[in-house]
Amino acid sequence: MAIPPLSEQELIQQYGPHLNYEPPGGWLAEHEPDRLVKTHCCFCGVQCGIQLKVHNEKVVGFEPWEDFPVNQGKLCPKGVKRYLQNNHPDRLLHPLIRTDNGFREADWDDALSLVVEHIQRIQATYGKDAFAVLSGASVTNEKAYLMGKFARVALQTANIDYNGRLCMVSAGAANKMAFGIDRAANPWSDIPLTQLVLVTGSNIGECFPILTDYLWRARDNGAKFIAIDPRMTPIARTADLFLPVRPGRDSALMNGILHVLIEHDWIDHDFIDAHTKGFESVQKAVAEYTPQMTAEISGVPAASIVRAAEMWAEAEKSMLLHARGIEHHTKGVENVLSCINLVLATGRIGQPGCGYGTITGQGNGQGGREHGQRCNQLPGGRDIENPQHREEIARTWKVNESELPHVGLTAVELMDAVNAGQIKGLLSLSFNPLVSLPDTKLTRAALEKLEFYAAIDPFMSETAHYADVVLAGSLQEEDEGTVTNGEGRVVRIRRAVPPPGNARADWEIIVDIAHRLGKELLFPYAEPEDLFRELCRASAGGPVDYAGLNYTKIEQHNGVFWPCPSREHPGTPRLFEGGEFAHPDGKAQFHPVTYRPPDEDVDATYPIIMTSGRVVSQYLSGTQTRRIGPLVDQYPGPQIELHPRLAEQHDIQSGDMVCVESRRSSVTLPALVVRTIRPDTIFIPYHWPGEQSANRVTNRALDPISKIPEFKVCAVRLRKVKAGV
Amino acid sequence: MEFFIDPSRCIGCQACVHACAECESHRGVSMIHLDYVDRSSSPQTTPTVCMHCEDPTCARVCPADAIKQTAEGVVQSALQPRCIGCSNCVLACPFGVPRYLGEMDQMMKCDMCYDRTSADLKPMCATVCPSGALFFGTKEEIEQKRQEKPINRFTFGRQVVTTKVHLMVGDTAPDEMEFDVASFCE
Repeated sequence: MAIPPLSEQELIQQYGPHLNYEPPGGWLAEHEPDRLVKTHCCFCGVQCGIQLKVHNEKVVGFEPWEDFPVNQGKLCPKGVKRYLQNNHPDRLLHPLIRTDNGFREADWDDALSLVVEHIQRIQATYGKDAFAVLSGASVTNEKAYLMGKFARVALQTANIDYNGRLCMVSAGAANKMAFGIDRAANPWSDIPLTQLVLVTGSNIGECFPILTDYLWRARDNGAKFIAIDPRMTPIARTADLFLPVRPGRDSALMNGILHVLIEHDWIDHDFIDAHTKGFESVQKAVAEYTPQMTAEISGVPAASIVRAAEMWAEAEKSMLLHARGIEHHTKGVENVLSCINLVLATGRIGQPGCGYGTITGQGNGQGGREHGQRCNQLPGGRDIENPQHREEIARTWKVNESELPHVGLTAVELMDAVNAGQIKGLLSLSFNPLVSLPDTKLTRAALEKLEFYAAIDPFMSETAHYADVVLAGSLQEEDEGTVTNGEGRVVRIRRAVPPPGNARADWEIIVDIAHRLGKELLFPYAEPEDLFRELCRASAGGPVDYAGLNYTKIEQHNGVFWPCPSREHPGTPRLFEGGEFAHPDGKAQFHPVTYRPPDEDVDATYPIIMTSGRVVSQYLSGTQTRRIGPLVDQYPGPQIELHPRLAEQHDIQSGDMVCVESRRSSVTLPALVVRTIRPDTIFIPYHWPGEQSANRVTNRALDPISKIPEFKVCAVRLRKVKAGV
Repeated sequence: MEFFIDPSRCIGCQACVHACAECESHRGVSMIHLDYVDRSSSPQTTPTVCMHCEDPTCARVCPADAIKQTAEGVVQSALQPRCIGCSNCVLACPFGVPRYLGEMDQMMKCDMCYDRTSADLKPMCATVCPSGALFFGTKEEIEQKRQEKPINRFTFGRQVVTTKVHLMVGDTAPDEMEFDVASFCE
């Protein structure tokens, strides 16, 4: 409700982020573990196996888990230091209720009574849809499923969406359009078997560090590596061919490469004829993308475009991988489709060492988008507007189909509706939109207008400062469940320790609210496994089929790939074998893509392109990782990366404070002058709040299909504020 | 099992630095350095662990005879009661490994994860390294897996140093590598 009850300074003083450097009791304390708990890292879609050391019911460290096949003991710094989020001084131990001069500790009954009272008041006054839910893609499959059901059945609101809307929805939408299914086509174990890896828009070394090893194993076997990125990232540094694309021009570049392949007839006619539809329209669309024209648009030299096509043609097997770099655009779906067109035209999919995939960014980026917490989706990857799908889920949930809400607003639209006064109440789980949404000023204005806001989180996020009630939830290692990693492998998350103090497992909080809303019979869960059993049953026969999964099977096999429709089914690591796609006719669909400029392109007033992304030591909006001392020390705050040529024009040197202004707002940060970025582009990582937030400047324009915001390109100008010391 | 370093694979993530500080015998203190070669020009980073010389310069220049080698050839940190904090070893090491820790008044350096390797565990850094820049295994294994070749003989002026740790060397000449993105745009 309205502005936070304390100043930002006071809130930070009380709730952090403070930095935790040492395990409980300090480095010298006795830490001989009572047990090692085999689970997974919570900090990206790779879901590395890790063993958490537990001593006296506290997580005190880790031991590599070398037998887990995905990472074989390897970890990035976030994985190594993740245990420091436990026993953290900032950890919320009680529900908090907002008062006139801060937050007071409350018991659960008081806090949840208040939540229910306001849900009922708002829905009675303004209608069911005036109360919305925002969830996260770092939560388990069980929680993702529960959130979707809770919104549709307990709240009966159409307005539930999740922060995966800021992550991989462009890839998801394009994959469904082209293949009829939304999952990486190949297991990562196919990467070392290939002859060419093309990575576009993915800073693998920093965002999915463990996959660097897969890249090198491919190269050790003789594979070549093409990197497409506006920056010389740690993996691009070693590429056989580096294409420094100008941000926002990805589809033109892919069209240009396909143009060369078609021109030389380096395409697979048999595959196109037998397994696809619509190639002619793509052939026509790419006809004008000559290397010269593509070079002009994309900023990549024509010779490099031709060389990329040659390398693609010379290889018999290839893997094309991408991530947010091409997806965070107003044409994110088109960018992904332009990649898929290249893969399909050359028949490079559905074989060992030959395929395609997006690399999911969030901890449960894959599972988080499958089980019904998206505004347009029901469990099992079903479509909320498909009458048959609605019937199937209504039956499973024991409700009438007519009672199920229809499609609601996507995350950014939902916040806009809050700002417009249409949505009055909000419940969030594991989502920090004040840091993660573009155009911070607008998000802040929206939060100030909410009549009631309840946040479930283990730590006080910047968004939770605006809450009326903060519900002390659980960390990943405090609950049982499953997560589906970026290759479609469902893995087991184990509870290493219980939630501390009076904090509760997130799912228990949600179930409690549902019961208080009078839906006891429809939410009869005693443990997360009950939720998983229902989730699997609900998914049966749907596009995302988990029907044959259970906890034991997942544990026994170190994870199982969906689809897994029956108990006997071993799971499906590789999709599309034999050219069988998931559309009803079994064929893949080409989609012609015509390049169009970004929503906000450079001009005389704002002549520089800004792009944003991650650093290796931080995760998403930093609610967890900005509290882990060694990770913060590694990269204490955002810097503006810019090329010496651009720096010279503005008399900027490394360390100078530089103001970056866009049409929305500005941010002033220290400069880092490096030759590792295009001279027409600056880069700012986005993990920080307030005055340091890159998203003060970014553009809120959305992709018309996926509704992902255009984080990766906007127009800015630079001003040196003060020389560095 | 032996230790191999390939700095060309390093992604600068610092997992090794953080993991080293988790080792039981020196919890909270990392013995690895990870440095940018020149951040303004390149994202290239390089991890530095002790090379464990056969005839360690650090030990030879130590006036207090504080630096000892184990029977397996592992060169250890300076012995606390002997180390006089003179930093001769810090200045003399041809690889720039030892660091003098003022608050402990002792030279400390990588001891090849003695507490782990003596218990048949791999060193923490080489276990977690996501890129394979640090590798612990047999020579046969790495020679079979990789195209780069392990070397352990280095020449510094007239001094020839043979080490227990191997450096992986490829055939790309460094002057062929270009890092300025502007030159890839033209």
